Amino acid sequence: MDLMEKNLELLEVQKLEGHTDRVWNVSWNPVSSHAHGTLPILASCSGDNTVRIWEQSSLSRSWTCKTVLEETHTRTVRSCAWSPSGKLLATASFDGTTAIWEDLGDEFDCISTLEGHENEVKSVSWNAAGSYLATCSRDKSVWIWEVLGGNEFDCAAVLNGHTQDVKMVQWHPTMDVLFSCSYDNTIKVWWSEDDDGDFQCVQTLDESSNGHSSTVWAISFNATGDKMVTCSDDLTLKIWMADISMMHSGEGYAPWTHLCTLSGYHDRTIFSTHWSSDDIIASGAGDDAIRLFVDSKHDSANGPSYNLLLKKEKAHEMDINSVQWSPSKENRLLASASDDGMVKIWQLETKL
Amino acid sequence: MVSGLINENPTVYERKERRVRTDSSNTDEFTVEPIDQLEIFDILFCSICTYSIVDIRDPEHPYSLEQLKVLTEDSVEVDDGKSYVRVTFTPTVEHCSMATIIGLSVRVKLMRSLPPRYKIDIRVAPGSHATEAAQS
Repeated sequence: MDLMEKNLELLEVQKLEGHTDRVWNVSWNPVSSHAHGTLPILASCSGDNTVRIWEQSSLSRSWTCKTVLEETHTRTVRSCAWSPSGKLLATASFDGTTAIWEDLGDEFDCISTLEGHENEVKSVSWNAAGSYLATCSRDKSVWIWEVLGGNEFDCAAVLNGHTQDVKMVQWHPTMDVLFSCSYDNTIKVWWSEDDDGDFQCVQTLDESSNGHSSTVWAISFNATGDKMVTCSDDLTLKIWMADISMMHSGEGYAPWTHLCTLSGYHDRTIFSTHWSSDDIIASGAGDDAIRLFVDSKHDSANGPSYNLLLKKEKAHEMDINSVQWSPSKENRLLASASDDGMVKIWQLETKL
Repeated sequence: MVSGLINENPTVYERKERRVRTDSSNTDEFTVEPIDQLEIFDILFCSICTYSIVDIRDPEHPYSLEQLKVLTEDSVEVDDGKSYVRVTFTPTVEHCSMATIIGLSVRVKLMRSLPPRYKIDIRVAPGSHATEAAQS
């Protein structure tokens, strides 16, 4: 099934209104959006200091706001992430704290607040097992938190190395390796070799490694975790790869190398990128458009190349801050968040 | 901190007479007038505010950005249809330490005055500043 052959389009399923300021991030609940018989749930966070939980109704198939998490963060909520179990939601805020919420069915309870960063927290990420949480901040540091039982979270590491604001942290999908990207134009890889919680920076991907020449805004991995895509203010997307089988078999750290650069497709900063489980890379940019890319499957001497599958212009009225594919394998749903205060749900389907 | 003046002898230009918009024949108050170059420049020159961007006095000299030709009407490129504006400013010297502040002030002023659909690009005139790339 070659996607490029099909006549595909990105249809707007619904516009979710409610936030009263820009929406920074969206996150699909990994369990409910996936499991057969349960309805997809989406979390969004905003400059209005709140987090909204959206659910699709089984009867009308339309999306409504189920809950608003408010009165906790005192400033913009910049990022939100569900735990792998789908029961906890972490929210990172400009107020310097990261709140952990538990889904009790009818409501959400804030069970813990992680403090420590000196200023705005920009991103939060759970590892695959749900045993670690990572946060990063404008204070240039990356913090790793251990998830203990009984609503307890302990700071396991404070990682310094970036020389500027850290924009995003993302755990590898299968290994406890942490990635961070920054205003300092680099991507750093953090790993605890002896698995004893002593994380060190084992690699820095900068311009000399064929890296970005301006702020790196986001990182996303493919399903198997042997490739990742990063997006930047330098108007490019870069694809990276690593021999992770080497790491899985305990032969030490397998470095990431540049595979390919997608340039010429964007003329404004790319703020977000996400790699779907069926290998479609979505990007959201400062020109209000969403673009989808796929592997061209035509390897050349220079390695694989990617093609633009489609471009959705004016997907929003202002800059797009986040794009996220739904984990559901049944349909190709994409959620997007923008400075215009909207969250939109899109469906990728064949034109009739 | 740099001691001594950065630019001891700046070239000073005559302050231009503000171009007055002639009455348009369209007097319908509900007509949306597209934003043009003059309007952007007026935003930067706005005399309703307590200070206007182009009247910022260089701390070294009693001249404004307009008089030093750092910002002129031609500095502004605007396309209302595409919701796009670009302001190119020219520091008087190659290594002007005020360049970042000027760029940010112009950006903030425009962001506050223009509709949210606008994309704003602030650039230093090519070849006129050492840290050109850092301004954008």
